[in-house]
Amino acid sequence: MDWRQLWEIMSAPDNVPIVGLIPLLIFYIYLAWKQAKANDQLIGELETNPAMAKTHHRKAWPFRPGWQKEVHVWPFLLRMEFLAAIIVTIILMVWSITLNAPMEEPANPNLTMNPAKAPWYFLGLQEMLVYFDPWIAGVVMPTLIIIGLMVIPYIDTNPLGSGYYTWKQRKFSIGTFLFGFIVLWVAMIIIGTFIRGPGWQWFWPGQTWDHNRLIYEVNRDLPDLFGITSNLAKIIFGAIVVGGFYVLGGFLLHAYFRRTNPRDYKRMSLLQYSIMMVFFLTMVGLPIKMLLRLLFHIKYVWITPWFNV
Amino acid sequence: MAEPTNGNGSNGNRVRLLERVKAGVKEDVTSLKTDIPAKAKEQVDLLKDPTKTQVYTSIFRHKHDDTPRNRALGVLSNVFLHLHPAKINRDAVRYSYTWGMGGITFYLFIVLTFTGALLMFYYHPTKVQAFRDVLYLEHDVPFGKLLRNMHRWAAHLMVIAVWLHMFRVFLTGSYKKPREFNWNVGVILLVLTLLLSFTGYLLPDDQLGFWAVTVGTNMARATPLLGHEGPFGPQLGMTPYNDIRFGLLGGSIVDANALLRSYIWHCIGIPIVASIFMIVHFWRVRKDGGISGPAPVMLESEVKERR
Repeated sequence: MDWRQLWEIMSAPDNVPIVGLIPLLIFYIYLAWKQAKANDQLIGELETNPAMAKTHHRKAWPFRPGWQKEVHVWPFLLRMEFLAAIIVTIILMVWSITLNAPMEEPANPNLTMNPAKAPWYFLGLQEMLVYFDPWIAGVVMPTLIIIGLMVIPYIDTNPLGSGYYTWKQRKFSIGTFLFGFIVLWVAMIIIGTFIRGPGWQWFWPGQTWDHNRLIYEVNRDLPDLFGITSNLAKIIFGAIVVGGFYVLGGFLLHAYFRRTNPRDYKRMSLLQYSIMMVFFLTMVGLPIKMLLRLLFHIKYVWITPWFNV
Repeated sequence: MAEPTNGNGSNGNRVRLLERVKAGVKEDVTSLKTDIPAKAKEQVDLLKDPTKTQVYTSIFRHKHDDTPRNRALGVLSNVFLHLHPAKINRDAVRYSYTWGMGGITFYLFIVLTFTGALLMFYYHPTKVQAFRDVLYLEHDVPFGKLLRNMHRWAAHLMVIAVWLHMFRVFLTGSYKKPREFNWNVGVILLVLTLLLSFTGYLLPDDQLGFWAVTVGTNMARATPLLGHEGPFGPQLGMTPYNDIRFGLLGGSIVDANALLRSYIWHCIGIPIVASIFMIVHFWRVRKDGGISGPAPVMLESEVKERR
C-alpha cells in the first residue's frame, strides 16, 4: 500500500472537488431517499384508506391548523438566500486560503504530460476513450447525452411524482437516471481521476504509479473470433451484431417495460416509445461494450473502412 | 448718475432712496436673526427623521415599518428582488426539498464574474505574457493568489452545484408539465457551464491546461463528417487545416490563437450567451408557476387519462 501515492492523487488540487463531490452526493441522495420513503409511505396509506385520501392530508409534513398557507418572501425566503450566500462565501474563502489553484510548468508541446488528463468533469468521457473510438466517446456520446437529457420531459409521460420525492411511483425513470448519472457519469469520473495512471493504465488506489509498467494485452476484434476475413463480410457481420443488439435489446426492454409500467406504456406514442428505446439501449450499450473489453478483450465489434465500433 | 432735470426734487429723491435701502437692509438683518434660527430648528427636526427628506423618498418608494404591505413592496419595488413573488407557499422554503443549488449556482456565477473581471486587469492572453501574468498574480499582486484561487474553486463548485441542481430537479419530477421547456434551458446552461470551465482551463498557459485542452480538442478531430480523423471526414475533404478542430483552435495545434480564442469565449462569448439563457431560465421559473413543490402527493387512481 503506497499511502504517499494515494495522498498525492487525493490532494492534487484539481482532484479535491471530486473528493468533495462524493460525500455531497451521498448526503443529498440520503436526503432525497428519506423524503421519498416518507412520501411513499403516505401514498401507501392514502391508497388503502380512501376516506383519508379525501382529506387534505397530502404531504409527508402536513399543514398544521393555525399556520399561514403562504409566507412572505421577505424575510422568509430572502434570509435563506442571504444565509446560503454567506455560507458559500465562507466555504470559498477558507478553501481559497488553504488550497492553492494548480500551476504547473509553462505549456510545452514537446513534453507530454503522462497521464494527460482532461478537466475532471470530462474524465468520464476520457475514460470512454478506452472502450470506444474518439468519434463515439468524444463527439457522439456528449451529443447523445445532451439530446437525451433534453428529450426526458417529452418521453416521460408519467404524470405522477411531479413536485415531490418518490421512488414507488417513478421506479423506471429514477432508476434510469441514477444509472446514467451515478454509475456512468460520476463513477467513470472517479475511475478516471483516482484509478487511471501513466499510460492511462489501471492502478488500484494505493498502488504505486509505475511509469515503466507494460501490460501485455492482446485485444481482438469480434469478427476475427469468428474467423471472418473479408472486409465486406466484416461490415455485414458488424451491422448484424450491432443491429441485433438493438433489436434483441429492444424486444427485452419492451417485454419488461409493458409489464412493469403498463400505464406509461399505454400513454406513450410510438415516437415517444421508440426514442426512449433508442436512448435507453444506447446507454446500456456502454457498460456492455466495457464488459466485452474487460472480460473478453474484444476491441471492435463492427469494422468498416470508414469507422469502427 | 441721475440726469439733472429741472433742479428740484432730485436730491430729495436720493435721500429717500438711501433711506429705503437702509430700511431694507435693516429688515433683511432682522429677518436673518429670526428666520435662520427658525429654519435651522426646522432643519434639525427634519434631520431627526431622514426618511422624510425628499432625497430619501425619491430613492425608497415606500415605508419600511413591518406591515404585510411593506414586506410585499420590499420585494416588488426592488429591481434585484422582483424576480421573486411577494409571497410563496410556506413549504417552498424547506431546504430539504429545494437544496438551494440553483440559487447557489447563480451566486457562484456572480462571484466568478466579479473575480474574473478583477483577474482580467492583470492578464494578457498572449503566449509571451499569459504564464508570467499568472506568476505575477500569484506572487506580487496584492491578494492576487486569493483572487485566482477563489476564481478556480468557485468554478469547480459551480459545476458541482449545477449537477446537484439538475439531480434534485429530476428526483422531484420538476421537469414534468408545464416545466418541460425550462428543463431544456437548464440542460443548455449545464453545457455552457462546462464550456465556461473548459475554456478557462487553458488560460494559465501551463502544462496542466495545455494538455487538458489538447486532449479535449483532439476529440474534435474525430467528429463525424467535420473532423479530419472522423468517419467520412477525409472523404469530405477534411484536413488538419480546415476541419472543425482548426476552427475551434484557430490553428492545427493549441497555440497563441487557441489561447486568444479561449480567452474571448471565456470572458465575453459564453458569459453573454449564458446570461441570456439565465434570464429566460429565471423568468420561466416564475411563469411556469414558481418552484414545483413540495406538492401534495398524487395517487395512481386519480390520474385522468387523455384518451
